[in-house]
Amino acid sequence: MNSGQILSKPIVEMKNIVKRFPGVVANDHINFKVYPGEVHALLGENGAGKTTLMNILYGIYRPDEGEILIDGRRVEIKSPRDAIKLGIGMVHQHFMLIETLSAIENIALSMEASFINPTESIRSEIEDLMNKYGLKVDLDAKVWQLSTGEKQKVEILKAICRGTRILILDEPTAVLTPSEVKGLFKFMRKMVKEGKSIIFVTHKLKEVMEVSDRVTVLRKGRVVGVMKTSETNENELARMMVGREVLFTIEKPKVEIGRVKLKVENLRVLGDRGELAVKDVSFIVRAGEIYGIAGVAGNGQRELVEAIAGLRKAVSGKIIINGVDVTNRDPKTIANLGVAFIPENRRMGYVPGLNIAENLILRCYEQKPFTIKGVLNSRAIREYALKLIREYNIVTPTPEAPAKTLSGGNIQRMILARELSGKCEVILAAHPTYGLDVKSTEYVRKLLLRQKERGAAILLVSEDLDEIISLSDRIAVMFNGQIVGEIKSDEADIEMLGEMMAGIKI
Amino acid sequence: MEYIAVLLHSTIRAGTPLLVGTLGEIYAERSGVLNLGVEGMMIVGAVVGYIVTYRTGNPWLGVLAAAIAGGLLSLIHAFISITLGVNQIVSGLALTMLGLGLSSIMGKDYVGIALPSTIIPIKIPVLSELPIIGEALFHQDPLVYFSLALALVMWLILFKTSLGIMIRAVGENPAAADAAGVNVYAIRYACVFIGGLLSGIAGAYLSESYTPVWIENLTAGTGWIIIGLTIFSLWSPIRAILGAYLFGGIRVLQFRLQPLGISPNLLAMLPYASTIIALLIGAKETIRKRIGAPSALGQPYIRE
Amino acid sequence: MTLTLKIKLERKHEEARILSLIYTIISVLLGLLVSGLVLAIHGVDLVQAYGIMAFQVFGTAIGLSEAIVRAIPIALCGIGLTVAFKAKMWNIGAEGQLLMGAIVTTGLALYLNELPRYIMIPLIFIGGFTMGALWGIIPALLRAYFNINEVIVTTMMNYIAMELVRYLIFGPWRGAKEWGYPITDEISDTAKLMAIPGTRIHIETLLICLISALAVYFIMNKTVFGYEVKVVGENPDAAKYAGISFTRIAILSMLISGGLAGIAGTGEVAGIHHRLRYPESISMGYGFTAIIAAWLARLNPIGVLLTSLFFGGLTVSGHLMKMIFRLPVAVVNVFNGVVLLSILIADLMTRYRIEVVLER
Repeated sequence: MNSGQILSKPIVEMKNIVKRFPGVVANDHINFKVYPGEVHALLGENGAGKTTLMNILYGIYRPDEGEILIDGRRVEIKSPRDAIKLGIGMVHQHFMLIETLSAIENIALSMEASFINPTESIRSEIEDLMNKYGLKVDLDAKVWQLSTGEKQKVEILKAICRGTRILILDEPTAVLTPSEVKGLFKFMRKMVKEGKSIIFVTHKLKEVMEVSDRVTVLRKGRVVGVMKTSETNENELARMMVGREVLFTIEKPKVEIGRVKLKVENLRVLGDRGELAVKDVSFIVRAGEIYGIAGVAGNGQRELVEAIAGLRKAVSGKIIINGVDVTNRDPKTIANLGVAFIPENRRMGYVPGLNIAENLILRCYEQKPFTIKGVLNSRAIREYALKLIREYNIVTPTPEAPAKTLSGGNIQRMILARELSGKCEVILAAHPTYGLDVKSTEYVRKLLLRQKERGAAILLVSEDLDEIISLSDRIAVMFNGQIVGEIKSDEADIEMLGEMMAGIKI
Repeated sequence: MEYIAVLLHSTIRAGTPLLVGTLGEIYAERSGVLNLGVEGMMIVGAVVGYIVTYRTGNPWLGVLAAAIAGGLLSLIHAFISITLGVNQIVSGLALTMLGLGLSSIMGKDYVGIALPSTIIPIKIPVLSELPIIGEALFHQDPLVYFSLALALVMWLILFKTSLGIMIRAVGENPAAADAAGVNVYAIRYACVFIGGLLSGIAGAYLSESYTPVWIENLTAGTGWIIIGLTIFSLWSPIRAILGAYLFGGIRVLQFRLQPLGISPNLLAMLPYASTIIALLIGAKETIRKRIGAPSALGQPYIRE
Repeated sequence: MTLTLKIKLERKHEEARILSLIYTIISVLLGLLVSGLVLAIHGVDLVQAYGIMAFQVFGTAIGLSEAIVRAIPIALCGIGLTVAFKAKMWNIGAEGQLLMGAIVTTGLALYLNELPRYIMIPLIFIGGFTMGALWGIIPALLRAYFNINEVIVTTMMNYIAMELVRYLIFGPWRGAKEWGYPITDEISDTAKLMAIPGTRIHIETLLICLISALAVYFIMNKTVFGYEVKVVGENPDAAKYAGISFTRIAILSMLISGGLAGIAGTGEVAGIHHRLRYPESISMGYGFTAIIAAWLARLNPIGVLLTSLFFGGLTVSGHLMKMIFRLPVAVVNVFNGVVLLSILIADLMTRYRIEVVLER
């Protein structure tokens, strides 16, 4: 940690930045300074405005007010091309890679490679970078063939290959195993030793304390604190992030665990590319139990949940719900058995072109009283919609409003209202709080716990280890399509889970 | 043997407009824009090429004018699909209608009149004396050689240059290309424009060399066949050569089988039915080779 | 130059509808303007041309009745298209489906001419519907099972249908009594539809047209099927999850669309021409015009009745212009194309507010 460097002039200065989106001020007069040779953490919850601010610095968004100075000079960053010319590189949270091109082709895209045979002209340069920073990856593999960690290495190579002086890392550790995170931190320290700066966007307190020199905390679009990391601690940062005392544990209600509601036996499921994504997975979930599946995204969790919901074919094995074999049955039959599905991809879960009432009856539109002899009963539908809107606090002027007018949090509430209103025997929740603000996140967790009390068997898939540990009764870790370990949540700790997630079997 | 030579010669001639048009559409679709206006751009190119040739006596001026006409029409489609980001299918359709209407009104005074000056084939010495393939390969219109060279060049650009990487990136994941600093709009405009230029040239070939007479609806669905061929060629310029000559052959077959007593109308169905079959083959190949349409095809890109 | 798109998310329904109507009218005017320009360049007297359209076509009884005659097949195709388009099945093949309906009708009428009228009339309509539906289901199946683009398939099938008609009128069905002209014999009286006296308006088809407009409106807005179609069209993934089979919806929507187009074909043969002739004479691009009529009506089947009447009048004007100014009928395509483009742009503006900011 180089405290001497901090006395020099800032390399990046963002002054009074304001950015508005419909209904929300994402950045509210933000002042942000980064000095050369430091790892500067940008800390805040989901929705605090961190990514928006960085997208402005990288030219993806234009600020409504405010100015940006690089090396003390005022600049206009109208597009990523301008940012790149100023020496700013960005590794996005959601990779911006072209899947059907090779790794080196993706890198060539970001560089000013030669017109003819671009990949060969940059190959030695990239190999030097790979060796220097320890970022080994097969350059000629097509991106869709790479693992998540390898994809991130390609993203980093892309970002640093143009003489980058300021590297923005947006939530880079969300998709990495603990050992990969260590490797990333090593790389970060190497870069700043050369005088470069890294802006490390995250919501994970432990990482801020571990790797950063200074930290800026954002809350609801405003800066609430700027300090040296050495002069603060996790609790203080947490308080600034959330604005109140944070309870790190959630009150788990005492529920009696009942009979087996979901049983998965030796399940094998194919992924999108024809490869085996789920390999011989078996587990059970009982009534009143929350079974959490931890693991880095991309290890088969999505395919597993989709297979249980009936949206993906299982090539072998069994899925049994309440004693009924539902392997490879259609989604409608499975839903009618009382299975609720909260999908990972929110866009799959609702129909933007229909109105809210029409969305709310998506699972039950054929049943009475909503349909009588093939004709829709609009009065019954409206009443039902109003009831759910009230119950789940969905913010909208009328049930006939088009669903696309809802904000992200309200869309999730609508999906939950639709799924959890009937009798729920089994709930499949895939990343249910991803991208939601604090209030919505608490609400979703409360709903799940309420269902747990009512005797539902809940399968929870999440990348948030804290969420998994605090909500689940039992935790399983998925790695490479298999369940590599299963433990009770009160016996679990992050290190152990981390090792399992990285494939180190117990 | 003589018969085969003539067959080969005709096949290549018939396939050339298909090849030129397909190459243009491949680039447009590779960049992510579905251009269903090919038929309209082709027929406008045909009528413009015809009229300019008729008036000036120079078929090459006609080809140039046709290219420009097709290009201009494609810019309308580009503006609506790329800048405004509206439904590409309906936009392309509207342009086809527009093109058909414009061409019929422009050509109304020329119906049935044969073109006095057409494109003259080039005879390559020595090589064209070869048996069977000599005439077919070495005694053709300059546009035939142009189309083959074009296919090669376009393939090289697409897969061996940085421009090609940019085009493919824009068609697969425009957001990622944008973040990498690529000007998505410019690339798409350029590719659609190239598609328009080549559609116009293809149309000019039809009206100036293939059937140098103006009749209404000269293209008779050739533009749509080109769209089918784009899929059949799996968006590869080299494979397009195969598809274009295959269909050229079918067209030639259509006329050769007539003397056998089969109704010309039933034979006329061949190219259209074959396109459907070609699509089926393309669908199977897509699954088998795991190559598909560019992922962002048909979806407008709007940066916030 | 940069275009900034600002998205207005709160739109009251009333406001949107009025704005929609205004934009519709602007689009039509724009179409007239551009076509007028094109006509003027080619030496057409615009005042005379538009005068004809306004007064002779829409202002006289016979003009209006001819407009209705043209409007019937356009409306039938258009009503069917509202269903297909809502499912995002881009059916460009209404033209071919219409011709197939015409073929079946001619066949039935020529060869089963012993049947009494009360059997024959329902039979030809059922036959027309069935054949049109079949012609529409084929692209639906190719789409559902092989994910083949239905735009290309339906267009190809248009051309195949046209060639089939030509084959029949030049070949096996060539009229024995028509001195070698490529048309069939006249169909028997039992198959001819009734006309409103003094006009060529065939009553049976007109009734079917009006009834189907109401029926489709009811089905799409008030029934489960309509709901399912909308879900499939808007978000196929969500539809899959809700248990709605894409294959079923694709087939049923194309069945309705093709079937109604087939009925249009029946009407043309049994009500107007009383025989089969050149495909361009049977259908003057009705299937394509219907696309615009449907789009202009915002996929509302009742609205389609109005827009079809307008386009019917336009077609009649086109014929008059052909006679008077010696213009090819295809000129109407210019108008169609421009109107479609304008509507597309207009639709964008009702949902978004576009700020064009010129920056350096």
